[in-house]
Amino acid sequence: MRAAIALLLLFTALPGFAGKTPRIVTVAENYLELRTGPGRGYPVFHTAESGETVEVLKQRTGWYKVRTRRDIDGWVSRADLAKTRETDGELVQVDVIELGDVVEHRWRAGFSTGDFGGANVLTVLGGYNFTNNLSIELSFAQATGPFAENVLATASLVHQFVPERRLTPFFSLTGGLVRTDPSATLVQTEDRTDQVAAAGAGVRAWITRRFVFRAEYRNYVVFTSRDDNQEIDEWKAGFTFFF
Amino acid sequence: MESRLHVLLLSALPWLLLAGPSGAADDSDDDDRQLSVIQPELERREIDPPAIDSEDFELGVFGGVMSIEDFGSNTVTGLRFSYHVTESFFGEAAYGRTDAGKTSYEILSGAANLLTDEQREYSYYSLSIGYNVLPGELFVGRRRALGAALYFVAGVGNTSFAGEDQFTLNFGAGARVLFTDWLAAHIDVRDQVFDSDLLGESKTTHNIGLHIGLTGFF
Repeated sequence: MRAAIALLLLFTALPGFAGKTPRIVTVAENYLELRTGPGRGYPVFHTAESGETVEVLKQRTGWYKVRTRRDIDGWVSRADLAKTRETDGELVQVDVIELGDVVEHRWRAGFSTGDFGGANVLTVLGGYNFTNNLSIELSFAQATGPFAENVLATASLVHQFVPERRLTPFFSLTGGLVRTDPSATLVQTEDRTDQVAAAGAGVRAWITRRFVFRAEYRNYVVFTSRDDNQEIDEWKAGFTFFF
Repeated sequence: MESRLHVLLLSALPWLLLAGPSGAADDSDDDDRQLSVIQPELERREIDPPAIDSEDFELGVFGGVMSIEDFGSNTVTGLRFSYHVTESFFGEAAYGRTDAGKTSYEILSGAANLLTDEQREYSYYSLSIGYNVLPGELFVGRRRALGAALYFVAGVGNTSFAGEDQFTLNFGAGARVLFTDWLAAHIDVRDQVFDSDLLGESKTTHNIGLHIGLTGFF
């Protein structure tokens, strides 16, 4: 639940996605196909003629809802909209993320799952890109194991190499807090909160624009109040979305 | 191409008629006229740097019946939040809660309660990836067509039950019907799978929910 709320907050904290697409565009090709819905499966029911102006109302994923001068509403693909012209005759610049061009879309959110020192771990994360290579990432993780439950809140600096490649490696440095709740069946244990630091590495693979698969390894050091520190290996994989 | 040609020829006609009697105008003048004819009259409006409203988020509620393995079935309610990345893929976060009933053993034995009332509270959250398949339209009567799609989801999450947190996998499928551009109804089935040792030996439990839901895009 906590993780779900964290994810919700993360999503709602994101700024509105403001594209650069103009409101009024002119059909420059022979015609512009209007579909009944925002998807390739919906039928074409109307075409706007060359030279006709249409008003762009809104966007959903790769589709734009337009209204013709005769008040007919329909959905146009991003590729088709990119062939229309602005009122000054320029080709319309639709909002397209090139691979690795994350600076235009600085925010990301995602989740991953894996193994945290023998426990199942679930992580939600949000990130912000300073440059195409460097970003900060906040994550919130819950690890449920047979003997204890851990909750981690961490911040990481992430450096990714060759961001324009479909497959890019990255390194991360992490600091944060971990709370450990030993299983109720184990007697005479106490909940405790410790500082934690980690170094990690992983890869990101673009599936489509705005949608990325990632897999990573982190080596955590838990600064316990006992004599020696505890080391935990974490392996996880998940998905990230760019906004 | 043909229609463009027609428009061109037809709209050029009055100019040709006007230009006809005046005889041979010089070439550059003629070109200007031709150009002004071909260019469609555009509405020049003062527009702020426009921001097209994007509706990639979907938020809603669901309710239904959930069967908890060994603990009967009960009503379940919850929240669901999705981000549509492409027309095919979406990410989804969901939270649901229900109450567990009694096991057959508890009912037959009469008095032996395995769990307290508080422990019977069952809640889960899940983080999933969804994939839309078979997008299309549903026809309601003669005049109305509703956008619809089937989707599959799979993901991970956590279940709180009997005072314990359990790592949970979830799988499911559903149908989404759009009443308007932004308002959708869902029918879906989800299976929440986790390992439980509540009844002595550890086993994998399947907890299946059947839901209807209402969501809005924003």
